[in-house]
This record gives sequence, C-alpha cells and structure tokens, in this order.
Amino acid sequence: MAAKYDVPEMYDPAERPIPALKLGAMADSKPYMASPVHQEKLGFPKELPDDWKDRAIKRMGELLTKYRSLRVYMDACVKCGACTDKCHYFLGSGDPKNMPVARQDLFRSVYRRYFTVTGKLFPKLVGAKDFTKELLDDWFNYFHECSQCRRCSVFCPYGIDTAEISMAARDVMDYVGYGQKYCNEIIGKVHEIGNNLGLPEAALANTLEGLEEDVLDDTGVAVKFPMDVEGAEVLLIPPSADFFAEPHVLGLMGYAKVFHAAGVSWTVSSYASEAANFGVFIGNYEQMRKLALRIREAALRLRVKRIIFGECGHAWRVAYSFLNTLAGPWDFLDQRYPIPQHILEFTYDLIKRKGITLDKSGNEGKVLTFHDSCNVARASRMGDFPGGQFVIPREVIKASVPTFVEMHRDTTCEKTFCCGGGGGLLTDELMDIRIKGARPRMEALKDVADNGGVTHMAAICAICKTQFTKVMPYYGFDREAVVSVHQLVSNAIILGNNK
Amino acid sequence: MSTAFAILFYAATVILIVGLAAKITQFARTPAPLKIPTTPAPLTKQGAALRVAREVALFESLFKANKWLWISAVLFHLGLLLVVVRHLRYFMNPVWLPVELVQPFALYVGLMMVGGLLLLAVRRAFVERIAYITGPSDWLMLLLLIGIGSTGLVMNLWARTNIIGVKAYFLGLMQFQIRHLPSDPLLAVHLGLVVTLMIVFPFSKLLHVPGVFFSPTRNQADDPREHRHLSAWAAKLEAGRD
Repeated sequence: MAAKYDVPEMYDPAERPIPALKLGAMADSKPYMASPVHQEKLGFPKELPDDWKDRAIKRMGELLTKYRSLRVYMDACVKCGACTDKCHYFLGSGDPKNMPVARQDLFRSVYRRYFTVTGKLFPKLVGAKDFTKELLDDWFNYFHECSQCRRCSVFCPYGIDTAEISMAARDVMDYVGYGQKYCNEIIGKVHEIGNNLGLPEAALANTLEGLEEDVLDDTGVAVKFPMDVEGAEVLLIPPSADFFAEPHVLGLMGYAKVFHAAGVSWTVSSYASEAANFGVFIGNYEQMRKLALRIREAALRLRVKRIIFGECGHAWRVAYSFLNTLAGPWDFLDQRYPIPQHILEFTYDLIKRKGITLDKSGNEGKVLTFHDSCNVARASRMGDFPGGQFVIPREVIKASVPTFVEMHRDTTCEKTFCCGGGGGLLTDELMDIRIKGARPRMEALKDVADNGGVTHMAAICAICKTQFTKVMPYYGFDREAVVSVHQLVSNAIILGNNK
Repeated sequence: MSTAFAILFYAATVILIVGLAAKITQFARTPAPLKIPTTPAPLTKQGAALRVAREVALFESLFKANKWLWISAVLFHLGLLLVVVRHLRYFMNPVWLPVELVQPFALYVGLMMVGGLLLLAVRRAFVERIAYITGPSDWLMLLLLIGIGSTGLVMNLWARTNIIGVKAYFLGLMQFQIRHLPSDPLLAVHLGLVVTLMIVFPFSKLLHVPGVFFSPTRNQADDPREHRHLSAWAAKLEAGRD
C-alpha cells in the first residue's frame, strides 16, 4: 500500500505496549466541515456566527441541565490517569490529547471557566480556559478523534464516559454552525430518503432482486428478499451497507437464508431502510429521535409483529438501549419477543431449538476469531443475561465454523477495542487516525494469526466491516479476512429442508 | 486563637454542608434521559446498587485499570477512612466502641494514608502521561492531604500535643461554647489545613465522592427493552405524536 500514512508498529498485545507522548501528533487531523446545506437540513446554523461563543456557552448550559452524565462527569474526574492508556487512538498515535481525560479536559476547561466559581476566580489554578476560536478548533479536531466506544468508561473509577462528553461537544459545535460533514450529510439523507447511503426505493428494489438471483444461482433455492410487504411477521432493519458493500451483503444473504429456513415471513422497509442512527454520534436527542421514529412509522404502516435489527454496532446501541425511549411504547408489536430483537438473538434461538441446521463444512479451512464491536459490547446486550452480547455471537460462529480462536483477553468482550472507524469517523479524510486507531485490534489479530492459525475475523457491525476492509491491508492482512457473522451462517446453513 | 479558629471551623462546616447539599441536589435533579449503563450491567435496580457499592468499597473499575494505582488509591482512602474514624473520639464522650477499637493503630493507619498519597504523588510526577494531565490544583490537593496526614503523624510520633485540651475544645464547639484551644503551632497547621480541605471540598475534584453515586454508567440497571425510560423533558417532545 501507499506509504502515505505512518502505520504504527505492532507489538505483543500481552505486553500492553504504551507509546511515549508525541505532542500534537494528530493536531492536524480533522474531518471536513459540514456545508451550509447540510447544516440547514438539520436546522443548525449554516456557519459560525459572530456571537458563536455566547451561543456555545448557552448550549453547554442547556446540556448540563438535560444530561446528568455530563453534569456529573464534569465535576467528578480526579485526574487519576486510569483511562490514559486505554484509548485506541492514543495507543495508535501517542498524541496526549487522545488520552480520554485530556479529551474530556478540552470540554471541562470551558465548563470550569464559565460554570464554576473556582474557574471564574482562579482559572489557571484549576485549568479553566476561555473559549477561544483556537480551542474550538481543538474541539473540532479531537472530538472527531473519539469513536464513542466507551472503553475508557470501563476503567474509570466513576464510570466517566468520554463518549457522553464528545457527544455533548459535537452537539454544541452543531449549534454554532461548526458541524461535521460526514455525520450531518448522512443524517440529512436519512430524513429525506431513509438510509445513510441515499439509496432510493427503486434502487433498493433492484438490489434485492439481484440478491434473490444470486442466491438462487448459488444454492438453487428461491430465497426471497421482500421489501415493503404489508402484514409480514418481521420488519428487518439492516444497516444500509448490508445492501451492497462487502462483506456486509454476504451477511444480509445470511439473514435472508435464516428467515427462509425458519419459515418466518419478513420484509425490509424502503422508508426505514437504515439501522444506523447517526443522531447518536452528534449527541443530538432530537435528531436521534426523528430518525428512530421512521422505524416506528414503518412498523405501523407494514403492520409487522416484530422488529429485528441487522449486524450493526452503534445501531444496536440505539436500538437496544434507546429505541423504547425514543420511539416507544411498542405495544402494537408481539410482546412475546424482545423489542427490538437482534438478528443474532433470532438465529441463536433457532440454532438452540434446532429450527435451522448448520453444516460447518460450508466454512471448511477457515479459522475464525471474533471482534467484539464496541457499542454492542459496552452499550447494549443480547439475550436475557448480562454478557449475552459476548456469548451469543460466539455460539453462532462456533456452530457455523470448524475452528474458533479467541484474541487476547485485554482486547475482547468488555475490554474490546474499537475498530478505529466508529462514532462518525468512517470518512476518507480521517484515514490517518483510522489507521492508527486500528493498531490495538491489529496487534491482537496478528497475535492469533501467527500463533493460532486464524484466517478470518468476524464482526457484527457495518462500520467495523468497512473500516477493517480498508485498514487491514495497511497492516499486511487481506481485506477479505474480515467477514460478517451471518456470512458464516450463510455458508453453513442447510436450505430446502424447511418443514 | 481559640475564637478565630472556632469561627473558621463553623464557617467551614457550613460551607461544606451547604456546598455539598447544593451539588447533590443539582446532581439528583438533573435528568438522565437515556439508558447508558456500561455493559455488561446488572439487570435490576438492586444489582445496579450493588455495582455502585462495589465501586465505592472496592474500587472495582480501578482494579481493572491499573493494579499499582489501585493499591495506592486503596491505601490512601482506607487509611483516610480509619484516620477519620479514629478522630471521631474528639467529638464524642463517651467514645463509641468501633472508634475505640481503631485507637491503637494510629501509626499504621496514618502511614497507610500518607504512604498511599506519596505513591500517588510519585505517579503524578514521574509517569509522563499522568504528569501531562496534572494541573496545579491536582498538586495542591495532594499537598494539602499530605500536609494534614504528616502533621498528624508528627504529632502522634514525636511532638505530642495536649489532646485532652483539644478534645475539650471540640466538645465545646459542638455545644457552641468556645473553650481554650491548646496553643501548638503544629496543631494549628494541622487544623488549618483540615479547615481548608473542608472549604474547598464542594468546589473541587473531591466532588468525585458524591459523583460516584450519580454516575449513570454505573447506577443504571440494564433493562431498556423491558421498561420504557422517559425523562420529563423528553416526554414533552412527544406531544402530538401518533
């Protein structure tokens, strides 16, 4: 690959390598700013107004009264440093402002200056700073070097979650016309068209038709990919990348085969054809709610009984943790099933009940490991017991493949590392930080590839899958080494014996 | 001297109580509109309460983060707790049994507290990452606590003060009577630093004490699919919906 980026070296994950500080290493990394058009579509100011500082401080004050997390986390930090070596962007870049506490301090320094007595009286003593344009630019850069993965929050003695603070910071920036193009453009597309990619109804229908043909050619079985079918049992909400990107689409084929084999009628909706909710990335409740309500409307219109989400990380966070809050109550759905349900919960249940049959030889020669997607791992659950989000995907993989190997335990389950592209960073201009942020995961993968014969890594998030296919070649891996979990199911499932 | 310190002591107590009460009220009144427990999380409220209790008593998350930091923090906090319990004897007559029981361990609990603080100070000074995030107030807080602990230790080991007089003074203050405070420069420094700590408490990072109880990532149960969680301000957005 091109030597355009400085790819970090990989070490043994068991040694927990921590880089020396490189001041300002990532100071120039920043995403494109949202254009006035993108800003306006979401009702945000088109550009930075003259009185931006007053507006920003006003918005901070509002958020402080609306979110207990922000309020408590501003005051509770003791600078103990427990989080300082936990962020993948710090571990990959060495930039001290990528240490979670330092990232938080970009926000906290302004909080102290304008909202605390000590910060008003003795700013230097308590690290309070005037909100200058330079500081705002630091916010823009470094709050877009946080993927809101919550790894720091696991280790903080007070549970301080940097994600909450970076969401608040992005919300404040949107309110002063300083939004990020990638997120805001995408949210605008969902409001208008229904998915992040801006795929209109006709294109979706076309794609699904093509997939039906592919599966028929491949298996000889007429597996349907229904869209907008009223009265279907299940409304499937996949991330829109599942419609065409690889390996995502191979996962979608897996979902369809599972529904087919289980004899459950399902449909996607052209109106709500997106699982991902980028409202969470920009920390804006109203945007997040508006996006979630599309799903409610689609479910009502199609008169479905259940809602199932596809493989997607932050999407599952919003679905599992927030959907009931944002768009509930879901009293019109069948209460015997979890609302919403994850496709892996659905498939796992079928495997347990022997409702589908899997033949591991469909994945012969593959040795799998599993990348826990950060927001599934630390911000949601699957199944009816704590930690089900770790057990269920692994059980589904193990039922589908001959060999499964775990990566180093400091890099899995609740301690999993973000892929490096989450939280609204999956955009080309942030490639440098994305490559650096992938380092801890790449190290752990190299470890099991070298010592455990691992050939493939499965993921359950559209962002992880896209990020890894792009970034893995920089670390010497094949881009096709990352697979969807339901791609493995798809390879293993026995079709045609449906009772 | 006796009167001046009495005024300081009363003022500091009022500031501490009113300041903390105001902060706790603010934390409690600020809504948490979304379910954000760091998962895996307990499924019930009781489970979540237990999680917070483990965080407070055992520093569970810190243990996951860094063993040396955990040891330093436990030494300091546990030492401080025992030192405070030990000092309760200055405010009661007769003295409760648990307070009586820790009396013989003065030296050890004092050393625990100051030892823990010194380890934390070393970490702050010499670990590059921690030095980077450390500001003047972090150092002042450490020095304040080390000052309180070390003056106490010195009085305990070498420069014994008239503790009977000190006790009489504090028992007097509790009944709003100003008695004679033994004049001892070391004691004056010790008490002066304690008063300072009481005053800065509600305005400083010592707010981690109430904060830990209000952290949504720790105190929320993992049950968003079972129970709809809706804050008052979010409920207002629902007017006019289907």
